[in-house]
Amino acid sequence: MSDSTLSVRNLTIEYTAKRGNVQAIRNVSFDVQRGEALALIGESGSGKTTLGLGIVQLLPTAAQIRNGQVTYRRFGKNGQAAEVDALGLTGNALRQFRWRDCAMVFQGAQNAFNPVLRIADHFADTAKAHGAMSGKTLEERGKHLLTQVRLDAERVWRAYPHELSGGMRQRVLIALALLLEPQLIILDEPTTALDILTQRNIMDVLKDLRNQLDFSLVFISHDLSLAAELADRVATVYAGKIVELASVQIIFKAPVHPYTIGLINAVPTLAGDKGDLTSIPGSPPDLIDLPSGCKFHPRCPLADEKCKREEPELVEVGEQRGGKGGHQVACWHWQNARQTQKAFGVKA
Amino acid sequence: MSEIIQLKNVSRTFEVKRQIIKAVDDVSLGIQEGEVVCLVGESGCGKTTTGKMIAGMLSPSSGSIYFRGKDISTLSKDEFKQYRLGVQMIHQDPYASLNPAQTIYDIIATPLQHHGFTRGEAQTRARVRELLQTVDLTPPDDFLEKYPHQLSGGQRQRVSIARALTVNPSFIIADEAVSMVDVSIRISLLNTLTRLKDQMGLAVLFITHDLALAKYFAWEGRIGVMYLGRMVEISPARQLVERPQHPYTQVLLSAIPEADPDATRRKTRIELRSMDVPSLLRLPSGCAFHPRCPVFLGQKCETIVPRLIPQKDGGAVACHLVGEEKI
Repeated sequence: MSDSTLSVRNLTIEYTAKRGNVQAIRNVSFDVQRGEALALIGESGSGKTTLGLGIVQLLPTAAQIRNGQVTYRRFGKNGQAAEVDALGLTGNALRQFRWRDCAMVFQGAQNAFNPVLRIADHFADTAKAHGAMSGKTLEERGKHLLTQVRLDAERVWRAYPHELSGGMRQRVLIALALLLEPQLIILDEPTTALDILTQRNIMDVLKDLRNQLDFSLVFISHDLSLAAELADRVATVYAGKIVELASVQIIFKAPVHPYTIGLINAVPTLAGDKGDLTSIPGSPPDLIDLPSGCKFHPRCPLADEKCKREEPELVEVGEQRGGKGGHQVACWHWQNARQTQKAFGVKA
Repeated sequence: MSEIIQLKNVSRTFEVKRQIIKAVDDVSLGIQEGEVVCLVGESGCGKTTTGKMIAGMLSPSSGSIYFRGKDISTLSKDEFKQYRLGVQMIHQDPYASLNPAQTIYDIIATPLQHHGFTRGEAQTRARVRELLQTVDLTPPDDFLEKYPHQLSGGQRQRVSIARALTVNPSFIIADEAVSMVDVSIRISLLNTLTRLKDQMGLAVLFITHDLALAKYFAWEGRIGVMYLGRMVEISPARQLVERPQHPYTQVLLSAIPEADPDATRRKTRIELRSMDVPSLLRLPSGCAFHPRCPVFLGQKCETIVPRLIPQKDGGAVACHLVGEEKI
């Protein structure tokens, strides 16, 4: 039996739009191991959020899951796992899956608290909806979690949302997500729209929690530095597909997909020299009218006829590169990618 | 070199629900012709308000702003027009700052014709095409009849730049101009701005919250760090990032995660004394950073507002600790 908390296989999600179907997620497969943090990085419109929403079945009605399986494994105390087909759940079973098994913190949700309810009531509502604890037990658990996310539990428990800053509200949400002890937490852009020092605080809180508690984390971000800081493994998403998936070290130090290489070269670092940066030519594709073959070929310096014709699948290359397994890439020319990494755009 | 823009003790207050908010407090800053200055700081630190005052979109509550040596509040009508044309702004959101009902041609042609830079259809069209080429929207004929919604974020921002250039400005204020553009194309947009600056001798005030981006863009210029309405440090770009003097700058730099797993996890963090950001309504006495400052000196920091003091290395720092040592 697999030791992963979540297995996604061949997931395909489309949105129906006037102009045609938006292919937001195309044949995506990946696993989230127990206790690991997986980062999904990509630009806006690459399909990252749709992927997260698909896992918890919260897609808007315009979206359809065309294909694929999402298997969640609920590990018991004895280490035995019960498999749950997350896409097949309905009614009460789905209700239990969400939050008890898999909690999601949405982008910008720190602004979506009910303004007339105290934080305590938000905890109570969640517990009640899931038939969990109440009264003293709830208060103790709630305050304990608030302390774990470095908040003044006594004050925050009684506070209204408007009395808290954006960063504090984001930490309340993380505490709330942990209320029912889920094994998997999905965070969508957890630090976007927060100030640098607040971002740092959220990151430190997440690191602490991962050391203290046993849960897997999937976080969705366009911010590469957040992935570098928090992730064990990183998946690069381009045009609705994972194009490279590997450990954080490999993604940042030895990536082989031209898009990953381009993306990393495009982000300025504090220590960096001016000449280190290059830009990826062109712009991200229209998801309704995708290019043929490899979706990155119009922007790729390595593209040839084959790339225009056939789309490469995500394949394991770790052993071929002389390392262990666990490095997957979808590129016909991954073996040449490193040598040509300076071929991007205009050199700065 | 002469100063194109100079701020002398500029403050700006806003009244919100009968309470006075000091958005910008006693900022003095001179920007040379052709110079690049980046303003960085967290939201609410006053960087956008400063930019808007320089652009003439807001007037200071106290203090004066000089354009090429003349106080802008005393300019004649003609001089004021020259100033407003000379200082142009590029806004953050390219989805909101372009009229969705106008074609790209109209967007760029309107200011050209209104201010009499071109006469007649043929001349205007030629100039619009030239401007589109300048901002790397090529071939220009592909864009003339398009509407903003048909362009990507990066392309729209290039249209905004072209529009700012229509009136031949000598100073550009770019307020978070690349923060809404996809990561993979930010650098090419910044490179375009840098090239235009060099070719046209433009001075640029670049407002951003991203210090790494500021260092890249301001490479030969300066970075100013603002905190709760005041300039706390301003220095040559690389010097500021490599040898920050003000404790706030040091804290910021230590807090920024880097896109390199080894570097970012090894980084030494400077802990703040408090995570609470003070409200602009109740600014702390003395140095506004004192309740959070990791090197808090005591009474002096609580009571005396530190002045921005020029240092030997070309920077300027507003901190009692730094001021004491060097002077």
